[in-house]
Amino acid sequence: MKISEIAQLVKAEICTKNYDPEIEIFSACSADLMSDVMAFSKSNALLLTGLINPQVIRTAEMMDIKAVIFVRGKKPLESMIEMAEEKGIVLLATDYPLFVASGKLYKNGIGGHGE
Amino acid sequence: MASVVVRDYIIPANDFTIAGEASSNVRKILSQLGVAPNIVKRTSIAMYEAEINAVIHGNGGRAHVEIDENKIVITISDQGPGIEDLELAMQEGYSTAPDSIREMGFGAGMGLSNMKKNSDILDIKTAVNEGTTVMITVFFK
Repeated sequence: MKISEIAQLVKAEICTKNYDPEIEIFSACSADLMSDVMAFSKSNALLLTGLINPQVIRTAEMMDIKAVIFVRGKKPLESMIEMAEEKGIVLLATDYPLFVASGKLYKNGIGGHGE
Repeated sequence: MASVVVRDYIIPANDFTIAGEASSNVRKILSQLGVAPNIVKRTSIAMYEAEINAVIHGNGGRAHVEIDENKIVITISDQGPGIEDLELAMQEGYSTAPDSIREMGFGAGMGLSNMKKNSDILDIKTAVNEGTTVMITVFFK
């Protein structure tokens, strides 16, 4: 699924500029604990989280996570947006809570088990 | 004689804004050297967890990295409180991190097991009140 379709599904704002619209997302992981994210090993993945700090972007970088959706109306900090743009990671923000945002993506074909 | 890449990093204590810089830098070097993406990812996860541990538990520390044509060896050492019961600390979900660390998204008790899972050799030397040294080896083939 493309980033623009994901943004539409969870009514998310895309916070980073110049992202690659051709990136395909196959799987996702929802967590507020970054070590739990690092125990997840799928490619072309998306992270949904309610955690706001620079380590979210770092974790995404280490895990080759292509995009991060911040839930419950939380917005990434300017420093996080800059770091993400530098690393080519797309940041999105939605008002939906974690469960609802995850459910909408799951129902529309994003799995938890990769391609 | 193949060349060896050697890097040294200082890991500052309790600075969450720059924690992970060393791992990020090593990740870039490995990618530039053309190491396979899955190996880069495993190395990054193992080193990042060790780096974060040094920040959270070890009052900061040092990272020494050596890369040759076959492998990467990462040594992260701190002079923190050490690990009292290593076997217990290796168990998934076991953590001594305070709530302040959990609010930062760490302290899930997955760090050491993530390190073990993503390295080919994991060697941990620790002594109470003296510190901890973690040596991570990942082979490229």
